[in-house]
Amino acid sequence: MFDFSIITKWFHTLLTGVMPEWLAIGIECLIVLLFIILLYAILAIALIYAERKICAFFQCRLGPNRVGKWGLLQVFADVLKMLTKEIIKLRQTDLLLHDMAPYFVLTASFLTFACIPWNKGLDILDFNVGVFFFIAISGIGVVGILLAGWASHSKYPLIGAMRSGAQLISYELSIGMTMLTVIMLNGTMQFSEIVQQQADFGWNIVRGHVPAVLAFLIYLVAGNAECNRGPFDLPEAESELTAGYHTEYSGMHFGFFYLAEYLNMFICGAMAATIFLGGWAPIYFPGMDGFNAVMGYIPGFIWFFGKAFFVVFLLMWIRWTFPRLRIDQLLSLEWKYLMPLSMINIILMALVVCFGLTL
Amino acid sequence: MATTIIFYILAAIILICAFLAVTTNRIMRAATYLLFVLFGTAGLYFLMGFTFLGSVQVMVYAGGVVVLYIFALMLTERQGSNEKSPISLAKKIVALMASLGGAAIILFVILTHKFLDAALTAPNEQLISVKLLGQQILSSGKYGYLLPFEAVSVLLLACIIAGLIIARKR
Repeated sequence: MFDFSIITKWFHTLLTGVMPEWLAIGIECLIVLLFIILLYAILAIALIYAERKICAFFQCRLGPNRVGKWGLLQVFADVLKMLTKEIIKLRQTDLLLHDMAPYFVLTASFLTFACIPWNKGLDILDFNVGVFFFIAISGIGVVGILLAGWASHSKYPLIGAMRSGAQLISYELSIGMTMLTVIMLNGTMQFSEIVQQQADFGWNIVRGHVPAVLAFLIYLVAGNAECNRGPFDLPEAESELTAGYHTEYSGMHFGFFYLAEYLNMFICGAMAATIFLGGWAPIYFPGMDGFNAVMGYIPGFIWFFGKAFFVVFLLMWIRWTFPRLRIDQLLSLEWKYLMPLSMINIILMALVVCFGLTL
Repeated sequence: MATTIIFYILAAIILICAFLAVTTNRIMRAATYLLFVLFGTAGLYFLMGFTFLGSVQVMVYAGGVVVLYIFALMLTERQGSNEKSPISLAKKIVALMASLGGAAIILFVILTHKFLDAALTAPNEQLISVKLLGQQILSSGKYGYLLPFEAVSVLLLACIIAGLIIARKR
């Protein structure tokens, strides 16, 4: 597997050769920032197109097909439309907080986005406590949603934000616990280490067999809820709350919520791919050397994107298949079923790891 | 050099937001500025290389305490009631005394202690490893923190039970 850190190290030595280190670090930070923003935009466009097409196929429609070949330019047209829309200034609200709220949601999304390991040696934020940092930083989004609901000074956003806050805080527990099971299996919280172990010893979902599969399923349900997507899209249930916490937002401020929602779905899929499905690690079967060698030639980031989009497809499949839950059903699903189950799952994983029953 | 620049940016953010948090007369804005102060502090921890401490700061304060504040304010505070309520003279005097006392204590601590700035200039993840922290918190040995850890868990359990009793249907 090609190690990308060779390129980044070469670039760093190249820069430090001609300029002081602080300037070199500054330039590298700018390049990384540009990389994140570009990738974010490209992925958002790809995801919105995929969502519209997949939704259409699930509903026996064709989806966007007029703008460009197979409707490929539809999303670009939508983005242009969104950019030219007016941002309506509300009266008698706290405008500062109202305008600030989308940026909180977007910041949380960007920071979690930066934690994802794209390839071997190609990770932006790679801490000793990466998984913990990831869970901590995703909590900022809740603040943004609550502020958006409060500062809109209207009933629908307020109810939407309350629901969303309760939902996100509840389902974060399940996400944290399923991630804990994986940490127990790997014995590390560093994303690059977790993926490296999976490249060496096999994907976590295979290596941890029963508890890992259970954790993966719980993660999918909780992750879907964490992204505020159907069947858990109560915060923005259009039949009862108009548009939930972003009812009063217009133009690009609404666009930021929209962007963050799609990218959070991708981040959820990418995390599932990283911690359960092996991240950039290619598929290996013991004994089939020729096949393994061929698989090893496929670059890591293609494996990563393939797995991430596979999980995203699963999430979309769930979204367009199940009807929406009620708020009490939603909360009892988490507190009465998913959380006890994930606690039992942790004990199961502890037993599996202690007795060396991993595959 | 790079760390110095980032330090000054973070320090400016912390100071400005802390000042705004106490001077604004809208309580929701105060909570938001407080959030920025806490983020700035987390940034300082990251700058020093204590990623675990920084993550805990974000998790506990940004994801926990401030969300709790905002939730409570959303349920109690009516928006639009921004006009200042009159503050009595006695309250003003007590507030002044409390802030002067707090400033005196902090200044005393700062001026009488020596900063170990040499230990904090360079990013140092290796100074105290997270593994060591984890082992210490669950050890019952000489410097172990198992007893306080368990005491805090009992406290939290008591809080949960109390919350359930207050919120239950009769």
